[in-house]
Amino acid sequence: MVQKTIAGNTVDVDQEGYLENPEQWTKEIAGEIANEIGIDLTDKHFEVIDYLREQHAQGTQLTIRKVGKSGITDIKGLYKLFPGGPLKYSSKIAGIPKPSSCV
Amino acid sequence: MNKEINEKPLKKVCIICAKGTIEDVYATLVMANGAVMEGIEAKVFFTFFGLDAITRKQMNKIHTATVGNPAMRMPGGLPFPSILGMLPGVEAGVSAMMKQQMEKLDIPPVDEFLEMITAGGGEIYACKLAMDMFKLKKEDLWEDCSGVLTIGDFYGHCGGENTQIIFT
Repeated sequence: MVQKTIAGNTVDVDQEGYLENPEQWTKEIAGEIANEIGIDLTDKHFEVIDYLREQHAQGTQLTIRKVGKSGITDIKGLYKLFPGGPLKYSSKIAGIPKPSSCV
Repeated sequence: MNKEINEKPLKKVCIICAKGTIEDVYATLVMANGAVMEGIEAKVFFTFFGLDAITRKQMNKIHTATVGNPAMRMPGGLPFPSILGMLPGVEAGVSAMMKQQMEKLDIPPVDEFLEMITAGGGEIYACKLAMDMFKLKKEDLWEDCSGVLTIGDFYGHCGGENTQIIFT
């Protein structure tokens, strides 16, 4: 485990920079991770992030298909919000582990 | 995972699918979808029996072979006798079971999977030669197909640095 200071908070991250502990997440941390990726967060982004965090807390294995059926955005919309990594980047910004699903 | 990366990342995959069984079609779809999810461009070329995956009438009815498939097992792991696979309805039943298992893992039916791939910018093409051979018309294909191409035209889409062609 590696420690990293993001937005003034010291958090535990894995080697790829995913937060190890979702409890350590704050909106400021999300903003800084998103910046690193090159995404400006909007309210819509946070709706997706809140959904991902909720689902993760319930132990759900996340897929883009689930997010596409969440009613927040469709899959096309998800790609627009998080270009180049709809599930990977959104999970990283949401402070949950790297997705382990192939879909 | 975080070993020093000296290699340039993959930019594009061009996947050719020539068979119409569940495993061939789904391997193709999982690889194409996995690519776009990683920000890698994906172009898929369906040819010969692979065309079933993008033919409206057939796309959600694909099967796996229960005869001539030595890896086929009974639920529980016992060998699956080929002679059983010959009985009417067995192939359909086994295929339905496989699809159920995939649905549990959130792997969608073929049409929805294709939509997921194109939502991410992936492109789906049909082979002209195979279309002529099977007497299929553009209207018979899934509506969001990007086009009907000769293999030469498809190669024309496969250029660029760090592109790989995969044949399933």
